[in-house]
Amino acid sequence: MSKAKEITLPDDVKGYTQVRLDVDLTTGKIEKTELSDEFCRDWIGGYGFASKLLWDEIKPGIDPLGPENVFIWTIGPFPTTILPTSSKFGVFAKSPLTGMFGMSISSGSVGAQARRAGVNMVVFKGKAPEPVYMVVDDDDYYLVPCGKTVWGKGCWETEELLREEFQDQRLAVLAIGPAGERMSKLACITNDRNRQAGRTGMGAVMGSKNLKAICFRGTKGTKVAKPVEFYKMAKKLIKVANGPATAKYRDLGTPAGITSYNKLGMMPIRNHREGTWEKIDDGTFTGDTLNIDWVVKKVACSQCSIACDHIARVPKTHPDWPNVFASIDVEICYSFGTACGNDDWPTVFKCVALCDDLGIDAISGGVTAAMACECFEEGIITEKDLGYKLPFGSTINLVRFTEEMILGKGFAGEVFGDGTKEAGRRLEEMGRKNASYYGMHIKGLEMPAFDLHGMSSFAVGESVSIRGACHLRNGAYGLDAKGTFDRFAYDKPLERGKKIKGLEDVYALIDSYIICKFTRGIYESDAEMAKVYELVTGIPHTEESILLRGDAIVTLSKCFNVREGWTRADDHPPERFFKEAHTKGPAKGVVLKEDGYQKLLSGYYEARGWDKETGIPTDETLKKLGLNFVIGKLKPKGGKN
Amino acid sequence: MSKVQTKKRGGKIHQFIIVDPNLCTGCETCESICSFVHDGEFNPINTRIHRVRIEPIFNIALACQKCEDSPCVRSCPEKALEQNPETGSIIVDDDKCNGCGFCIRACDFGVISLHLTTQKALVCDLCENMKEEFIDPEVGEKEPQCIAVCPKEAISLKNVEQIGEETRIEAVKRLFGDIIADSQA
Repeated sequence: MSKAKEITLPDDVKGYTQVRLDVDLTTGKIEKTELSDEFCRDWIGGYGFASKLLWDEIKPGIDPLGPENVFIWTIGPFPTTILPTSSKFGVFAKSPLTGMFGMSISSGSVGAQARRAGVNMVVFKGKAPEPVYMVVDDDDYYLVPCGKTVWGKGCWETEELLREEFQDQRLAVLAIGPAGERMSKLACITNDRNRQAGRTGMGAVMGSKNLKAICFRGTKGTKVAKPVEFYKMAKKLIKVANGPATAKYRDLGTPAGITSYNKLGMMPIRNHREGTWEKIDDGTFTGDTLNIDWVVKKVACSQCSIACDHIARVPKTHPDWPNVFASIDVEICYSFGTACGNDDWPTVFKCVALCDDLGIDAISGGVTAAMACECFEEGIITEKDLGYKLPFGSTINLVRFTEEMILGKGFAGEVFGDGTKEAGRRLEEMGRKNASYYGMHIKGLEMPAFDLHGMSSFAVGESVSIRGACHLRNGAYGLDAKGTFDRFAYDKPLERGKKIKGLEDVYALIDSYIICKFTRGIYESDAEMAKVYELVTGIPHTEESILLRGDAIVTLSKCFNVREGWTRADDHPPERFFKEAHTKGPAKGVVLKEDGYQKLLSGYYEARGWDKETGIPTDETLKKLGLNFVIGKLKPKGGKN
Repeated sequence: MSKVQTKKRGGKIHQFIIVDPNLCTGCETCESICSFVHDGEFNPINTRIHRVRIEPIFNIALACQKCEDSPCVRSCPEKALEQNPETGSIIVDDDKCNGCGFCIRACDFGVISLHLTTQKALVCDLCENMKEEFIDPEVGEKEPQCIAVCPKEAISLKNVEQIGEETRIEAVKRLFGDIIADSQA
């Protein structure tokens, strides 16, 4: 039995609006129903809600870009309160990039505005006969045809036009750009200009449904269960969230990590060929330089005490891209910077601005560009193919490539416009042997800013992520970076597995609340995280009961993947890490060892209560987590890409 | 605090909420807390301090500037608004206010709005009317809660003479930094 079922519900659950809208885009019918108190208690919000819905409402084996896919937008109980970073939302569907559980989280003003409009979840099914955008304006819900207005426009212009249309500069708009419209598997959703639900191609799912944008605004207030206690705790958390626990996100921002990971040989250089770079050693490409020379402002999402959004500017005097503004973090310093061997900051900013505006994930986009650079250097693609040269370190040509990749134009767009996995397949179909080797992805999702050569724990942590290569499902890179375990060894498989599981359960909870992982360190304990949930909702979850929900959420989304045809072989880093070592730095000469990796992977499965060999959750574990409805339904239907 | 008056040659000078755009990140926490401590629920629509973001980088929040001979008071056809001579705060008589919105039109800073439920004029009171239960026990009295919660300490309570003096000192440091540093070494 799930412990959650033993938790008594209050008479009046607060925080959640409990309103679910179902939008049948094919017919245009919109239905309003209520999320039950029990559903809120058991699935918490965001990721948790979606894990249950994707399991219940997506037919196994469907085409992620077909009308049968279900696109879920949802929040948890916190938006509009002053809990730091409360204004977050998530989007979920079967991913066109991985063929498995798709999810992406963003923030800005959307969560707060939607909460004021009074919705908790919007579920889109079918496909609109013509391009539309959805409006949730308090209790008015409707679809507006937009084939002649915003369809075809960039995300930024779409947001501006819709705000003008509503005469409301605070209208929350999340939109896809031309990339989403053409269903690029890399497509993101942009909101509040600089915020993206980037990963796993959720923008392509919107595009496949002819859904250009969703607008929210509302006027309803939010009451919390225990206002005085909540205010006291929130004030403390705001203060802590502006203290040492988050200094790295506020000051230099995540790009501070460029220097520290470079020292450890973990900063991916030139498509993960190396883990250190002389351009970082000499200060050209560091967080310090970025901040001193280029960052002009730090901006916050609604209700965020940290303000991590570092806005960089290309000066008006720049010959190629004057006055370009871009929102920069370490991931894109990696994807369009170090991974592409590019140390020219304005080139990074321009590429990122193109991704954000025209609508692809800037991590996947840059990693795909890095693959193209390496394929160019290896002679797998040529100047004749592209129409220009594209070695590592390209600047103007990297921007040109990026634009073509986003818009699906030319050789770059046709081959690389859907990410690394698809590019590898297409190139090999063209007879370009071994091209897939250069695609740095796991399950089809491009890798984040960590080089796995000397990261034996995170090699597992990143590979088991249910959405594909990701550092935010368990953050297990810390185990290697902080030296919790020997990062070059393969000992203590069960202990490592338990650590990864522990992190993963908390992260699943954070993604369900939904709050920002940057506030992970502001809570004294997991018990305090459970407490803040109780103060807002009135549901007296304990540390133990709520963490068990995290466990259940991870396991249920894993079950979704299993049903789609996931196998153990899918939890595996790219071959490069097992075959080719760095030539310098702390991880020089090191490669991952297959037998050692497999041993650690089994340790993780064992820690999760999943079958040690197959990695499939056991009936016993499913029962323990209250997932009895899954038992007997884990036969793969083979829908993964 | 609102009780504080500063002597000015020729009269009184009022303190008001001022936000430093260099520090403001546009997080909207001030708006949320304003509604919460007055009404007991979070609803930034009912705020008395208003965040303004001009893309791509400008952020600030504005509240009542405590103008002398206030246009909002002069414009009210119901005589529902008056200015407290001590604090400079605009006091709204909810019995007289009929929600006509003339004060909103008269305000040069756009910092008056109508409460969604009551439809009465809403203007910064420096938290004189905040709910007692939200008073910080360590402080023991009402104080502007937007200042208390602002994560970046971007909000402060100042009068124009203080602002002028701070600006002068900054300017002098800028102009004569070398000499000052030398003298303090």
